[in-house]
Formats: sequence, structure tokens, C-alpha cells
Amino acid sequence: MLFFKRMRLCYFCLLIYSLQSLRNNKKKSCIFRHLSKNHFINQFIKIMKRRDFLRTSVGGTLAAGAVLKMGGFDKLWSSAPPAAKYDMVAVMGGNPDAMFDLGIQELGGMGTFVQKGQKVLIKPNIGWDVIPDLGANTNPLLVKRIIEHCFKAGAKEVYVFDHTCDNWVNCYSNSGIEKIAKAAGAKVVPANSESYYHEIEIPGGVKLQKAKVHQLLLETDVFINVPVLKDHNSTRMTCCLKNTMGMVWDRGYWHSNNLNQCIADFALYEKKPALNVIDCYNVMVKHGPQGVSKEDIVSMKSQILTTDWVAGDAAAAKMLGVAVEKIEYIPIAHKMGLGNMNLDSLNIKKIKM
Amino acid sequence: MSSSILRRIRIVFSTLVFIFFVLVFIDFKSLIPAKYINALMFLQFIPSVLKFYSLKTLAAGSFVIVLLLTLITGRTYCSFLCPLGIGQDLNSRIGGRIKKKFRRYGFKKPFTILRYTILAATLVVTMVWGVYMITLLDPYSIFARSMTYFIKPVIIIINNFLAGILGKFDIYTLSNVPVKGFPLIVYSIPAAFFLLVGALSLTKGRLYCNMFCPVGTFLGLISKISLFRIKFNETACTRCGRCAMRCKSSCIDFLKPDVDLSRCVSCFNCIHTCQDKAISFGLVNFKKKVHETDESKRKVIIGSLLLLFGTSRVSNGQDKTAPKPKKDSTVRENRTCPVCPPGGVSIVDFNKDCIACSLCINVCPNSVLQPAFKQYGIAGIMQPVMDYHKSFCTYNCTKCTDICPTNALHPLLLEAKKLTQIGKANFIKDNCIVKTEKTACGACSEACPTKACHMIPYEGNLVIPEVTEDICIGCGHCEFACPASPYKAIFVDGKAIHAAAKKPVNVQSDIKTPVEFPF
Repeated sequence: MLFFKRMRLCYFCLLIYSLQSLRNNKKKSCIFRHLSKNHFINQFIKIMKRRDFLRTSVGGTLAAGAVLKMGGFDKLWSSAPPAAKYDMVAVMGGNPDAMFDLGIQELGGMGTFVQKGQKVLIKPNIGWDVIPDLGANTNPLLVKRIIEHCFKAGAKEVYVFDHTCDNWVNCYSNSGIEKIAKAAGAKVVPANSESYYHEIEIPGGVKLQKAKVHQLLLETDVFINVPVLKDHNSTRMTCCLKNTMGMVWDRGYWHSNNLNQCIADFALYEKKPALNVIDCYNVMVKHGPQGVSKEDIVSMKSQILTTDWVAGDAAAAKMLGVAVEKIEYIPIAHKMGLGNMNLDSLNIKKIKM
Repeated sequence: MSSSILRRIRIVFSTLVFIFFVLVFIDFKSLIPAKYINALMFLQFIPSVLKFYSLKTLAAGSFVIVLLLTLITGRTYCSFLCPLGIGQDLNSRIGGRIKKKFRRYGFKKPFTILRYTILAATLVVTMVWGVYMITLLDPYSIFARSMTYFIKPVIIIINNFLAGILGKFDIYTLSNVPVKGFPLIVYSIPAAFFLLVGALSLTKGRLYCNMFCPVGTFLGLISKISLFRIKFNETACTRCGRCAMRCKSSCIDFLKPDVDLSRCVSCFNCIHTCQDKAISFGLVNFKKKVHETDESKRKVIIGSLLLLFGTSRVSNGQDKTAPKPKKDSTVRENRTCPVCPPGGVSIVDFNKDCIACSLCINVCPNSVLQPAFKQYGIAGIMQPVMDYHKSFCTYNCTKCTDICPTNALHPLLLEAKKLTQIGKANFIKDNCIVKTEKTACGACSEACPTKACHMIPYEGNLVIPEVTEDICIGCGHCEFACPASPYKAIFVDGKAIHAAAKKPVNVQSDIKTPVEFPF
């Protein structure tokens, strides 16, 4: 009898819970549409965030306003990255992990970007349900080596996630990243449900003023962007800036509201990558970003490490053999003062292994 | 055997079967491999009959095993293997705990006319029109639907709740699973049967099995001539009536004393409860019983069996000439045909074999399979249909075809599935963001696994989608990804008869491996 009383209680709680969610739900066609949201748990944290938010957004607006007014002063924004020796290090001719070892050494080691006890977010591209050789996702060896360097630099916790395009479970496992990252000690976090995302504001965004970003982007101290260079069917190229689409929930909004402008707008958001590591090992030169078969791949055995993601994208465009101006979001981001697409004015170290 | 060991065996065995069934249906992460699910479905009567009917090979005819089992031991299937039956036993037990009244059954007269009418109607409807009555009444389907529609969401909600709590402690072993509800109206039938069977079993034991269930009635006919059955030792029996009170099927008339074999589900509760050890389960006394068998009834059984398999073949032959796909449409979201899951071969064939058990809906990793409301017509309600507004069909996946217990979805190798054209994408230029907004988009072509949907030059620097129809497989990723609203700029129109798509051709790029950095 006791058991049944408890069961009844449980059901009653669930019923109330579901009714509550139903009431919040405007689209009544699907009963359980909203139930995945953990309202109760998130409530407290949301309130806390909102407070933080007020502070940062006021500051952010002022800063962004200043940037916009001053226009072309290219490197004004980049106050955060510490004094690395070069703006960009490009390595060619080795395996992804060996190239990273060399590249990060030239930039002064991972300690330049990750301090002891910090939480690090590594954002590779895990968008597609394909094997590593097909180059649609970031090379797992590279992801593994970055994680190892982070821990070596004293990182408290390293997180890896991507909001995938294909089924996320298949993407995580078939890309090889989940297994290798877990083995290296990182936490591989799901990003498949809206409940992981929190709304942020992007002051100064032309088309994109609000976005729902993954909670880990907000909770971590350091963000390392690890895109894979690929051809893209409509923007011509996907790399550093476009990799951020894997951190937001509603990509459809970007697609229907001037994709190129939205990509550049999101780069305005205060949380910028401390380091961008561009995987140019197996480069998908056509049929991107998903690819059809091995014929789409050219082995370039290269890697670009940079603190300036607009510069990173400009360099990547040259690797792909596309004029930088053709990739619309790069000039837009340059004009918005988010980075420097003129590679000639940068201090670039090129290494061949 | 007169000890209660039989009852214990039944309880242990049926509990295991039930647990496995429940696990299969609440397995929202698809952890259970298809071969185990298939093994579990192997002995399910109706799925097996339909699979045999569709494949026409003896290997699929595991229902014969059930028939033999029934012929030897009576309706043990209902107590040992039927998930709905076991579920009802469980519910009856719960009922007995709640109210003493609910666990006193006593002898009741059989609903002879009702149950045989339902059986006959089911046979006729199945042979002449299709599986619609089976869809409604088959115990396995009812169980499966109850699990999928009502229990699984609860499990997922609990999972999400736990995942939320663990997530706050930085543990991500459980992940949040978005619950995607079905169209409301589709819940009505499973809800009705869930409540009906639930209420009947809670208060009156196995009444559903002996009043509505066509499988139960059919096996009941056979079990009348079964070799092993419940027997009374009339000299030892004191007519105390305890057995009748404990009989979930209400089929023991203790005054005679006699058991209505057509209703007895061989649960062995009577043996366990009999204090005089007057009831046993044993070989039938031939001399007496053979004399009693009713030849006409046997003829009915044989006749109906012949009818079931004979005429259905004839009708199957006739139906091959049935509907052909309508013309491909180029009008705005003009859907001429629903999209039937891969392996269905053709909508007509699929509709005839599917009993809407929802197992495929359950295992689909993308939840693209949704119960149909009126897409297949009212007769196809609850059968799975591809809903590209909910999700899309994963390119590297054959889960639904692997587990279909009735072979309504034929098993497909992954390579074959990747070339099975279940629909075709139609592009509506006037809806496309690239044309209306004059900005880049390409969400559809980005998603396309075969690049049937690709971009061609448009105004200025812009590119716009184009569809190569013969390599499109109709997976719906383009439609799902398309941000145009309320009408999609690209949509998949189903094919009434599935076709083979051409393999995408790809050539090596001209770009060479670089020797120097180009910057």
C-alpha cells in the first residue's frame, strides 16, 4: 500500500509539472513539447545570470558603441588575448597533433592562453555523421592534443561540444571525437536540446541582436575555437567565424536573416576565442560542408593557429583558393572591427615540418 | 504435476519477458541491438503471421510454434509470451492489492457471441480489406502503443529531470532528450485501449483476453483440443470454490467441476490455491475427450485457417494493380503523397502489413517516424509516416527496417537504403530566402547527404538551390533545414511506390596539395 501511495504522489507531481509546462506552451499541438525544459532547476541559475547580464550588457553596449564609432581601427577589440609572439602561426607537413605541438610552442605554449584552475571550452566542428577521413569534422587527433595541452597548462576542466546538424549521438561517435576526448580527460557535453541554451544579447548586432548560446560558453573561462576548413555551399567557406553556428540553438534564424551578416554579428559577442586552431589537414574543397565522398578531400597537411579569427578566416580562404572578398562575412567582420583580414599587416610565422 | 512449481515458473518466465519488452520500448537511446529485439518479437503471434504472409517462407512462420505450443499446452502463450497478457496479470495483482473485491473473480459465462463475432470480423476484414482490425485489437500492438505513447514520455521526462540535476554538478552521462509529442488526435485510440484494458484487468482479470482479443479467442479454439490441460480429481475435490475465486479468466465452474478450456490461459493459479490438491496440469484422458470433440468446430478452425492464408494470397495478387504514383507536382507545397518509411516498398503494401505497433517509431533515433493521422487515410491511422517538420531521416541508419516485426518494412542493407528513393525533393523558388531576401542561405543543400540539392549561381555573388531528382532519396533533411516559413521552399513529396535512386557521381578536385602557404 505504501508503495502505491508513493507512486500516486509521483504521478501527481509529474501531472502538475506537465500541466504547468502545458500552460506555458503556446503551441498546443504537441503535448510534451515543453517538458524537456528543466524549468525548476534552471530558474535559480537564470536569475543569477540575468543579474550578471545587466552589468555586462551595459558595459558591452558602451564598448561596442565606441568600436563602431571609431570604425576601421582594426585591433582595438583585441584587448583580451595576451602578448603572443605572433599574430598567426601556420604549420605545414606534419600530423595534426605534431603540428599543434610546434605551433603552440611558437605562440609561447598553452600557458599563454590557459591559466591554472580555469575551465576551458574547446569547440571543434562535429557537425556531420561521417568518419574522420572524410574531413567534414575536426580531426580527432588535433582535438585530443589540444585537450592534453590545456590540462598540462593547469586547466581545471575541459569541455567539448557541438550543436550537430546530423543526429548528435552518431556525429559524436562516428567523428571519433567523443571517444578520444573522453580518453584525454575532457567532458564531452550534449548540445542537442534547447534546455542547454541560454539567451544572450549581442549589442551592436546589425541583424542578430539576440541568440541562445550553449550554457558552457557562458560558464567557461577560456574558449578555444577549433574549426575545420571546408568549402561551403552558400557562404563559400566555413571556418573560424562560421564555426560559432555550432554554439547557438536557432540556426534557422541566421539562415533566413542574412546569413553572412549574422555570422559577423555573432563575433561581436563579448566571449571571444582566446585561440583559434584551424584544422587544414584534410580539406574539403567541394560539396561542403558535408561532402559526398573522398573525392571532395585534398590533403593539405596544414594548421593555422591565430588569436585573430578574422585573420584566420582570411588565411583559410587563401588555402581554399577563394578570394577573401567573395566570402562576404569576412569583409563585414573586418569593417565591424572584429579582426584584421589584411594578412600583409600581420606578424605571421610560417613553419614547414 | 500438481505442485505450485508451474505457477512459479510462469511468474519468473513471464516477468523476464515483460521486463525485456518494457526495456525495448523505453529504450530511448537505442542501446538494445536490433537482433535482441528481433529475438523477442520472434514468437509474437500476429507479427509472425503477417511476416509469414509477407515473406511466404517457413523461416518467418514462427507462429506455427505458437500454434503447436497451444495444441500441446493450451493458451500458455497468453500467460507466458503475450506482453499485454502479462501486463494485465500485473495490473490485476495491483487491483487485488487496492481492493479485496478486485481479486475475487468467480465463474462467469463466456461472451461467446461477442468474442467469436470479433474474431470472425477480424478475419474477414483482414482478408478483404487489410490489417485495420488487427491494428486495433492485436494485444502486442496495444501493449507497444501504450508503452510508446504513454510510458516512454514519462521515462524521458524523468531522464531529463535527472540529466538537468546531474548537469548542474557537471556530470553529463545522462543527456537531455527533447520529447516530441505526436498529433493530439492520434492519442485517442491508444488512450481508449489503454484505459479499457487497464480498467478491465484491474477489476475483472483477463476479461479483455476473453472478450475482445482475437488472438486469445483464436488460440482458445485450438486449446480446446490441447493435449495438456487443467484436470480435476473429482473425488479429492471438496467443491470449496477457492480455485474459481482465483481464476483470472473466470473460467472454472467449481460445482461441476470443470474448466472452460477456450478461456483458460494456463496461469496455474488454481493449482497453487487448491488445498485439496485436486487440480493438476496433465495429459488429457483421450478415451473420454476424443469422443467429446466437435468435428464441426474443427472444420471451422481449418476452414478459417485456409481462408486466412488462401484468399489473402489471391487478394494480394489483385492488389498489385492498385494505385500508381500521381504526377510529380511543381506547385507550392502540393503534397500528393505521404512519405512512407524506407523498406515499405510501396504505400499500398506497407499499409496492408503494418499493425501500427509503433516499434519503429520507438527506435527511430531522429523521431522522424510519427504516427499518421490522416496521411494514409483513416484506415492507416497510427501507422508510421515520415514527418519532415519534426525531423529528417538519418542517412546512415536502417533501424526501423531492421526491427519491423511484421515485415511491413522489409530489411534493407545500409547501402541499399542509401539508394532507396522514398520521395523526391521539390524546390519552390518563390519561397526561397535567396530570392525573397536576396541573402545567402543554402541550409537545404548544406544538409543534403547526396548533394541532389546543390547550389547554382544566381544574381551577383548569390547562389540558389537546384535539385537533381534522380539522386535524391527523399530523406527530408532539406525540408527540415529550410528556414522559410510558413511554407517551406523545398519539400519532399512521397512516392507511392519506392524507386531506386542513382548513385551520386563524384570526381577528384583539381586543387592540388599545396607545397607553400599561399599567404
